[in-house]
Amino acid sequence: MKSKSRLPGIYLAVVTAISYVPIAVTIIYSFNHSKISSVWEGFSLEWYERLFSDADIFVSLRNSLILSVLVCAVSAVIGTLGALGVKRTNFRLNKVMAYFSSVPIMIPEIILGMVYLALFSFMNLPFGIVTLVIAHASFCIPYIYMMVSGRLFAMDPSIEEAARDLGASPFEVFRDITFPAILPGLLSGLLLSFAMSFDDVVISIFVTGPGFNTLPLKIYTRMKTGVTPEINALATLMILATTILILLSWKLNKTGDKAEEEK
Amino acid sequence: MSMDFSGTVSKGRKRKRGRSWTLLVPIYIFTLLFVFLPLIYMVYLSFMTKAEVWGFENRFTLENYKKILDPLYLRTFLNSLKLALISTLVNTAVGYPYGYFMAKLEKKKRDIMLLLVMIPFWTSELIRLNGWIIVFRSKGVLNLILEKAGLIDKPLKLLYNYQMVVFGMIYALLPFMILCVYSSVEKMDWKLVEAARDLGGNAAQAFLTVTLPMTMPGLLSGVVLTFIPSMGLFFVADLLGGNKIVLVGNVIQQQLTKGRNLPFAAALSVVLMILTSLFIAAYRRITKTDQLEGLI
Repeated sequence: MKSKSRLPGIYLAVVTAISYVPIAVTIIYSFNHSKISSVWEGFSLEWYERLFSDADIFVSLRNSLILSVLVCAVSAVIGTLGALGVKRTNFRLNKVMAYFSSVPIMIPEIILGMVYLALFSFMNLPFGIVTLVIAHASFCIPYIYMMVSGRLFAMDPSIEEAARDLGASPFEVFRDITFPAILPGLLSGLLLSFAMSFDDVVISIFVTGPGFNTLPLKIYTRMKTGVTPEINALATLMILATTILILLSWKLNKTGDKAEEEK
Repeated sequence: MSMDFSGTVSKGRKRKRGRSWTLLVPIYIFTLLFVFLPLIYMVYLSFMTKAEVWGFENRFTLENYKKILDPLYLRTFLNSLKLALISTLVNTAVGYPYGYFMAKLEKKKRDIMLLLVMIPFWTSELIRLNGWIIVFRSKGVLNLILEKAGLIDKPLKLLYNYQMVVFGMIYALLPFMILCVYSSVEKMDWKLVEAARDLGGNAAQAFLTVTLPMTMPGLLSGVVLTFIPSMGLFFVADLLGGNKIVLVGNVIQQQLTKGRNLPFAAALSVVLMILTSLFIAAYRRITKTDQLEGLI
């Protein structure tokens, strides 16, 4: 089925080019000397200098990193244990629980924001890092649960049984067999969770407290208040970091694939 | 990766092991405390009376739901629904062929394309929208080009209208659709398509009877992942629509902040949740798929 049509290639190129317009523009204008106009007024690192002397941005970057790492840790434990538990028990309620745990990723985020704002005021929880971790975990746990669970159920149960029959302790079985089998699922779940939590605006805006700004919230307020070339500089650095991370994880995946092929 | 909606895969061989249930304690507690109860609380709140300053009084009322029937709010719901439908439709029309063509490229080119899709996908939506604002604002790149080209005398007002919000929403969510479709086309068994052709079907017939049904799970996840957020991403309307374009998400946000009307925000959320669930249920029934696929 070899079609010689060039149409698909052109289509892909055009759509990709359009989707890169804002990214390219952001990077170019982060080096533009002018503040408001789009006219190129010469190369300048002014906005980067401003950015690096902006303590506010760095505090919120640190906050965001701490938050996302905590969210990933909490979600990994709850989601993975949950997936293991569901595989090993056959309670009728498991299905109901699994359904409800996936609700947060099945509804518009604004509803979660509203719900948590109401709940945390009712519970008298102080708004800040704790409320943010709970709210973010609610939409990260389902991703990790689903991905680990997918791996677990694709596993051949006879391997675990064989290991046990050969005298391995439950811990050894988990360490040497179950864990390596679920690890790829866990990792992609973690990656997705980290990105979702790190970028979240809609939920964070409702459950954050005074004195705990995350980076996206900071960017959002700056964008709302007007023209901000500093944000272009920040965005350029974030795009760079994202690209490096993607290339790295890609490389890791590739070496992993190769190792598997060689086996 | 494929999974059904409840996230469980049925009929695995299960053995009872003494204390395995303890593994379930954290997820049961979290789900009960931070998903199930909050949802119940939201429904409860939506029937309560607004308090003078902030919060609510424990007095049952249908006032909040009656208020939604006000033409002002009804129009908001219709606007949001329209926007979500357009955004989902355009994303399907643009994203499906994209994911499909991408999956049919040779390995090397495919890897490069995948990388090119991944970069915007992992980049914050705010940052990508910021780039479009630079392009479209009155002193923006596009106006500059048009003016230099002598096509216009004074800058066009491109930002802050409904079309711009629709465009921004489509742009923000397109990578989700592409990746979902791509992952299901990529693992398709092309022998089935060949068989359909060998049996005398033309390309269109083969696509409709084999390819489309087999990529339905990917398409379903794509639709879910574009429709649901388009109903609630208030910052897109906020940044690209100015204060003029008001969607349900914005109304809920305003009721929580400026309006200080928690019960009404709850009622709006309940209706929004019912609407999205109905849409997804209908879509699942029509396409007869139960699987989500391609969540990377």
